[in-house]
Amino acid sequence: MSESTEPILRLRGVTKSFGPVEVLKGVDFEARPGEVTALVGDNGAGKSTLVKCIGGTYQVDGGEYLFDGKPVTVNNPRDAANLGIEIVYQDLALCDNLDIVQNMFLGRETLNGRTRTLDEAEMEHQAGQALASLSVRTVKSVRQKVASLSGGQRQTVAIAKTVLWNSKVVILDEPTAALGVAQTAQVLELVRRLADQGIAVILISHNMLDVLKVSDSVAALYLGRMAAQVRTSQLNHTQIVELITAGRSGDLGLVETTKGAAA
Amino acid sequence: MSELASDSPSTVSTETSAAGTRDVVADHEAANPAVHVTALIPQTLGATLSSYVRRVRGGETGSVPAVAGAALLMVVFGIAQSSFMTTSNFVQIVQQAAPNTLLAMGLVFVLLLGEIDLSAGVVGSTAAAVAAVLSVKHGMPWYAAILGAAAFGAVSGMVLGWLRAKLNIPSFVVTLSAFIAFQGVQVLIINSKSNGIQISDQTLHNLYFGRLTPAAGWVVLVVSVVLYALVKVVQANARRRKNLANEPFSVLGLRVAAMLVFGGIFVHLMNIDQAVAWQQREGIHQRGVPWSAVIILALVVVLSFVLTKTRYGRHVFAVGGSEEAARRAGIRVLAIRISVFVICSAMAAVSGLVLAGQLGGSNTGDGGGNTLLYAVAAAVIGGTSLMGGRGRVVDAVLGGAVLAILANGVSDLIQGGNAAAYELIIDGAVLLLAAAVDSMSRRAKR
Ligand SMILES: Nc1ncnc2c1ncn2[C@@H]1O[C@H](COP(=O)(O)OP(=O)(O)O)[C@@H](O)[C@H]1O
Ligand SMILES: [Mg+2]
Repeated sequence: MSESTEPILRLRGVTKSFGPVEVLKGVDFEARPGEVTALVGDNGAGKSTLVKCIGGTYQVDGGEYLFDGKPVTVNNPRDAANLGIEIVYQDLALCDNLDIVQNMFLGRETLNGRTRTLDEAEMEHQAGQALASLSVRTVKSVRQKVASLSGGQRQTVAIAKTVLWNSKVVILDEPTAALGVAQTAQVLELVRRLADQGIAVILISHNMLDVLKVSDSVAALYLGRMAAQVRTSQLNHTQIVELITAGRSGDLGLVETTKGAAA
Repeated sequence: MSELASDSPSTVSTETSAAGTRDVVADHEAANPAVHVTALIPQTLGATLSSYVRRVRGGETGSVPAVAGAALLMVVFGIAQSSFMTTSNFVQIVQQAAPNTLLAMGLVFVLLLGEIDLSAGVVGSTAAAVAAVLSVKHGMPWYAAILGAAAFGAVSGMVLGWLRAKLNIPSFVVTLSAFIAFQGVQVLIINSKSNGIQISDQTLHNLYFGRLTPAAGWVVLVVSVVLYALVKVVQANARRRKNLANEPFSVLGLRVAAMLVFGGIFVHLMNIDQAVAWQQREGIHQRGVPWSAVIILALVVVLSFVLTKTRYGRHVFAVGGSEEAARRAGIRVLAIRISVFVICSAMAAVSGLVLAGQLGGSNTGDGGGNTLLYAVAAAVIGGTSLMGGRGRVVDAVLGGAVLAILANGVSDLIQGGNAAAYELIIDGAVLLLAAAVDSMSRRAKR
């Protein structure tokens, strides 16, 4: 696969510290529409911090944040949401006591034009369409309570929600971490379909098989620095593992002498 | 880094397409054109009933325990004592149920967030004391007195909610403190050597004792049922236009018929004249649907509308289900949390006013003791969860009815010096039973 499109999201030399602890040390990163970009790295490498910077939970200390080629400032989650950036968190954040439709529209309920009441019919219709656009067949009824769903189904709901909001960038933090084999396959299928709709999907994962299966490009973080961002087709399992554990693999990755030279 | 809670093994049969390569996915898709996931709604009357039975068996007991309990109690008391199944006793039960039911209706909002308001009973009666002072000492009209009480309730609720939400003090502590402190406030407001203010305004008395004319009772019933049916038909049409599954028409028909039959029996019973013959000759009647029942009906409609048809209500459920999920969805959790205490205390004021109507005035000590605990019991017996996230305003009415029937029947059944003691024990046992049903239904859903 070739790099046909321009990145919709691009970070250049992003830094982030918590007090004296420098967590991101000049990170470059990009995500393209229609592609799955895998973000990998060991525990503590800074993946979650990077994602929270993208999503506006944290503000970057330095570096450039470009969206659609233009520099932007993202100060809070709302700024990110306005740009079309959605994060599906590891712990999902669904309300067990609400049904699928209610969860998908939570905080952005559609109101009836005249009565200003909840337009349940319209929301149910749109939720059904969003699930259909992702070819979801695993849930029985859109009016099922989320409490009655399996882990994979919950993940499905959380992902389908992002389709509703015409998101441009969707970030998934370890979506298959707690799933069995069959459900993992389903969720990965879903991740692929999401990208096929033209969304830039960023997938954080520890599972190299998942990454190789579903991603178009791999970005490997190593101790707060971007070891490399490479097309998946040019990588094998071993190379990814080396990038994660050592920050380099062959002629890929960090060169020791550039340490601390980030902008 | 938090790990996901370990997921229970999936019982859903899964398609075993390996999703190994993108070609597999494409092939799979070509072979299985997307099936639109819709709401799964049974399409016949029989299927609707059996799906309801299945849900109840599965732990979603809803109003079944309350309705079954009320029916059982009526049969037991009806057999045990001849005076129970009389019209005048039914009217009494309806009236006696009102203060507790109104208190429980507001409490449902607080319980939906998994919070508690132990002060609601005292706050309500303190608000009624404000109304009594406004009416008696300042000669204000009844509506001003009621508004004053409601405003007092709302402001109190705002303070409680703010202490809970903003300062993050557990609601148990905040409202226990208020429970104690407001008993003092009540004494100061009443400020009388006789420890009470008798109200003379007839309208304030009528909040408890007032009755509609027989014709008005029928009008209220018919208008309510027609409006209900209309709303349902409009909703069904909106769904049909969008090609969404609808409940079968027979189910709506059955609901409407049930409302007409049970509502009709109720109105008919309430309309039977209890005045004796000479009074009737003089034109004195004791008949009609109690005002308090109409007040409850109106507030049930309004509050249920708020809870189930507005964005605000949806957000109340969301915060009760998962505060974190609600916050991430952009819901203003703090404002929601404060608001439920405002609603609860305002409803407590209404309840306190009806109670003052019953007692003919406002006395120190009103709303104290077990008042609030009975309201919690009513909500829980009706099916509202103590853990938050699940509850309806009508639950308060169902539970309130059960407790009123119980109190009325037991007080006549058990006589003698220890009657009150037995009543307390029975009430406690009933609440425990309701809480057990609540926790069992929650476990069944896991
Ligand atoms: N709020 C914070 N304050 C201080 N240190 C933090 C904070 N968040 C993360 N860190 C530190 O930053 C590093 C990267 O963490 P994180 O982004 O969670 O890594 P990952 O998601 O890749 O496992 C860790 O060493 C962690 O201790
Ligand atoms: Mg992480």
